[in-house]
Amino acid sequence: MLIRVQEEDFDLTAETEALLAGCKEVGAVASFLGVVRSTQDRPIEAMTLEHYPAMTQRALERIAADAVGRFALLGCTVIHRYGTLRMGEKIVLVLAAASHRQPALDATAFLIDWLKTSAPFWKKEHLAGGHTAWVHARAEDDEAAARW
Amino acid sequence: MCRPIKILYFAWLRERAGTGEEDFVLPEGVATVGALVGHLRARGAGYDAAFAVPRLVRAAVNQVFASPDTAVAPGDEVAFFPPVTGG
Repeated sequence: MLIRVQEEDFDLTAETEALLAGCKEVGAVASFLGVVRSTQDRPIEAMTLEHYPAMTQRALERIAADAVGRFALLGCTVIHRYGTLRMGEKIVLVLAAASHRQPALDATAFLIDWLKTSAPFWKKEHLAGGHTAWVHARAEDDEAAARW
Repeated sequence: MCRPIKILYFAWLRERAGTGEEDFVLPEGVATVGALVGHLRARGAGYDAAFAVPRLVRAAVNQVFASPDTAVAPGDEVAFFPPVTGG
């Protein structure tokens, strides 16, 4: 289980290889990569992620430990960035390694659903023209987590 | 016995309260998160605005999610923040 909260970027391939290193029983690795996006209706230049450092690491470790137990994972990686990230930059990486594809895919969805509703991060959007706005939590996110 | 608690505010609660962190001595009779919120709201317009919509305020005591009934004692770290939006 590797949990990191960092300002710097990360490398998907390097993280996947690190997860696989020395683990011969892994037959499947599923991944989720979250990215800062912009839409035509709401052009976003960047996003600032604030978090609660003393709580974040513990919250992510708890979620990851749940996933490992529930889906019999052979390994998992969660990397979440904070600070100001520009459009197209990576925000979060979830990797789940298991013997077979189904638990790897399910665990990845479980991890990102729970991370979205229980890890103490907050996003502020930087819109064109210099305006900023806090992102509101979405009810669908709570529903997605509750289905587990 | 006047060891303070530490109160942390995040995101727009921090902006409205006008501070990210403060030491606060629990007044007599304030022993839960809910009672603490009531007390903080009476401190000024910024605090009142921060806590104005209870369903948009989450709390943690010593880095664990809390409810209005959760106990607060001297030395605790209490954090207030909006519903999380990470991922």
